[in-house]
Amino acid sequence: MSTQTILPADRDSVIELSRSRQEPEWMTGLRADGLDLAGKLELPKLDKVRIDRWNLNFLGVHQATREVTDPRDLPEAATRLLDTDALPNNLLIHYNSGVAYSRLSPDLASRGVIFCSMEQALKDHGELVRNYFMNIIKKEENLLTALHAGLWSGGAFLYIPRNVVIEEPVQAIFYIDDSQARFAPHVLIVAEANSAVTYVDTYGSGELTNHLVKNAITEVFVHPGARVNFASTLNLDKSITDLSYRRGHVENDGQINWVIGEMNYGDSMSDTTSLLMGSGSSSDAKVICVGSGEQKLSLTTRAVHFGKATDSDMITRAVMRDQSTAIINGITKIEKGATGANGQQTEKVLMLSPRARGDANPILLIDEDDVKAGHAASVGQVNADQLYYLMSRGISREQAMKLIIYGFLAPVVSEIPISRIQEQLQDLVERKLGHERRANS
Amino acid sequence: MGNQPRLVIDGLRASVEGKEILQGVSLDVKGGEVHAIMGPNGTGKSTLASAIMGHPKYEITGGSVTLDGEDVLSMAVDERARAGLFLAMQYPSEITGVTNADFLRSAINARRGEGNELSLIRFIRLMEAKMKTLEMDPAFAHRYLNEGFSGGEKKRNEILQMMLLEPKLVILDEIDSGLDIDAMRIVAAGVNELRSEERGFLIITHYQRLLTYIKPDVVHVMMRGAIVKSGGPELVERLESEGYDWVKEELGIEDETVGKEPEVKMPMNTIAPRH
Ligand SMILES: Nc1ncnc2c1ncn2[C@@H]1O[C@H](COP(=O)(O)OP(=O)(O)O)[C@@H](O)[C@H]1O
Ligand SMILES: [Mg+2]
Repeated sequence: MSTQTILPADRDSVIELSRSRQEPEWMTGLRADGLDLAGKLELPKLDKVRIDRWNLNFLGVHQATREVTDPRDLPEAATRLLDTDALPNNLLIHYNSGVAYSRLSPDLASRGVIFCSMEQALKDHGELVRNYFMNIIKKEENLLTALHAGLWSGGAFLYIPRNVVIEEPVQAIFYIDDSQARFAPHVLIVAEANSAVTYVDTYGSGELTNHLVKNAITEVFVHPGARVNFASTLNLDKSITDLSYRRGHVENDGQINWVIGEMNYGDSMSDTTSLLMGSGSSSDAKVICVGSGEQKLSLTTRAVHFGKATDSDMITRAVMRDQSTAIINGITKIEKGATGANGQQTEKVLMLSPRARGDANPILLIDEDDVKAGHAASVGQVNADQLYYLMSRGISREQAMKLIIYGFLAPVVSEIPISRIQEQLQDLVERKLGHERRANS
Repeated sequence: MGNQPRLVIDGLRASVEGKEILQGVSLDVKGGEVHAIMGPNGTGKSTLASAIMGHPKYEITGGSVTLDGEDVLSMAVDERARAGLFLAMQYPSEITGVTNADFLRSAINARRGEGNELSLIRFIRLMEAKMKTLEMDPAFAHRYLNEGFSGGEKKRNEILQMMLLEPKLVILDEIDSGLDIDAMRIVAAGVNELRSEERGFLIITHYQRLLTYIKPDVVHVMMRGAIVKSGGPELVERLESEGYDWVKEELGIEDETVGKEPEVKMPMNTIAPRH
């Protein structure tokens, strides 16, 4: 990655921008440190993936965002997933480099919930944000995290006070159609003790005229007894390389559940990690992806058990077409002292093309005796007996294949908590598989 | 008469994994008739069913199969089904993520053809009515296809499909295995309800009880991949009381099975290695 495209000229402009936006001093310092580190650190080492050969040249330039009071003033494509006449009560829209719209129900606001752009959060809740921002994912980890610390812009801050249980999902939309725009949102979710929330975001894009890197980080801090359900679908154009880190830190008896639909068209690296710090904490991660074209994918789910009696489960299912490649890593790490931990994982890859490649790598790293850990991994084609069974009922080969492939992904798709987004994910799957969209019946 | 279907199997030979299993099977099943094929395990009964339906693992090496004069063997599996063949399988597949209802609806609409699909409401009504006849828990409609079904539940689900698809020629492969007496009565009632001049049945079983509920017109005994004896319902009674040994004796058959790997015999004078 040519960091010289950022340094040193950009360094000054980044810091100047930070000052002009009146970011707290600590944030300006973090950005400067991030950029300095970026000059020294290496790209992450990914198993069997030469990320250094990916197109990582252009990180975009920060574009000022015009805020709108009505999402209908945004391009239709950005709000396609919404019923603009009946907006969700808790909604944030990130457009290109920044947040253009956000709203939170007065009821939740009165109970102390915060849901706003990260920039706004720095203004209004600077000290609160400071406790968490890039404390779960550290700028020192690698070149990408360092760069993100320096260059991030936009994204969301979601804060749920103690004992507040939010029933209605909180929704965020990330959309880019400006080929020059920096796309490096930062999402931070803090769930205080015994609170609960379901957060759902979707990433989408127009067709860009040049190649662009998305460098995003999501951090989730789950305090004791809290529960965060996190769902994300990604549908970015071929011209975007998606580099996404998501990480949850879970305290005693806390719980985090991830559901991720990777439907990008460009090369993508995603790393979804749960740090089970507290005793009795648990995590669940479900990831699906469809690889198409010449896409290269590196998908990692990871659970790290520190606390006693911690539970993790991870499922990744990938369907591979054309000449796409996916390296799927499941990493269960059980630290010394995490007695009674139970870590399970399954990776399944369905190969639809002889030229596609899919590797499932289950990895168990266990430093404690009194634990349970299990893994299952498989790479295979559509099962001939299943195909025969369906066809023996008169269903055509094509239709039978569809049923089997969608069925393979369905257990994850059905976990998406907002029905509109669940349907969208189903549509994205169909489009990625090259099947025509279903008639809206 | 015009609607009376006819399945003609003539000298059918088939092999699997290079082993010749069917050694020339001939049968003629007409609408209104129930034929039973009996025989001990490993004699080729399921292979016959799979070969007729077109399972890709089974290679046809000779003979012919026609349904109403049309060449079945040149049809793809789904075409055979749409032509009116139905096989209730001995071991139905489990398919994760595909609900039973979605599957059944796809199957019915495939059979009915484009432009003639059943509306969702009418489909649900039909499915629920048939499930009730079979005393199936309505929850099975929303479960993934055969996943986690007990043996008996899978068999009922096969019969449910038969009832919904209304095929011309039904093959039931060991539909009675895994069923208790009550379930067998229900399944048999389902089959008897569909008996008509417009439908023929080929019922494969290796024991007799089912045939006391579904009275066959013709009974065949299969051994070594061939029909070795045919007769009327009285054959069932004789097999019931005397077993298969008399048939083997009559025909001079020692081992009735087919396609077995040659047994590896241990040399008698081998000395165990010392440690
Ligand atoms: N799928 C298969 N793969 C390998 N061998 C098979 C398969 N199906 C059948 N056979 C062979 O054919 C023989 C007869 O099996 P089958 O037709 O299932 O008998 P039956 O239904 O009468 O018990 C078996 O003993 C086996 O050798
Ligand atoms: Mg059998």
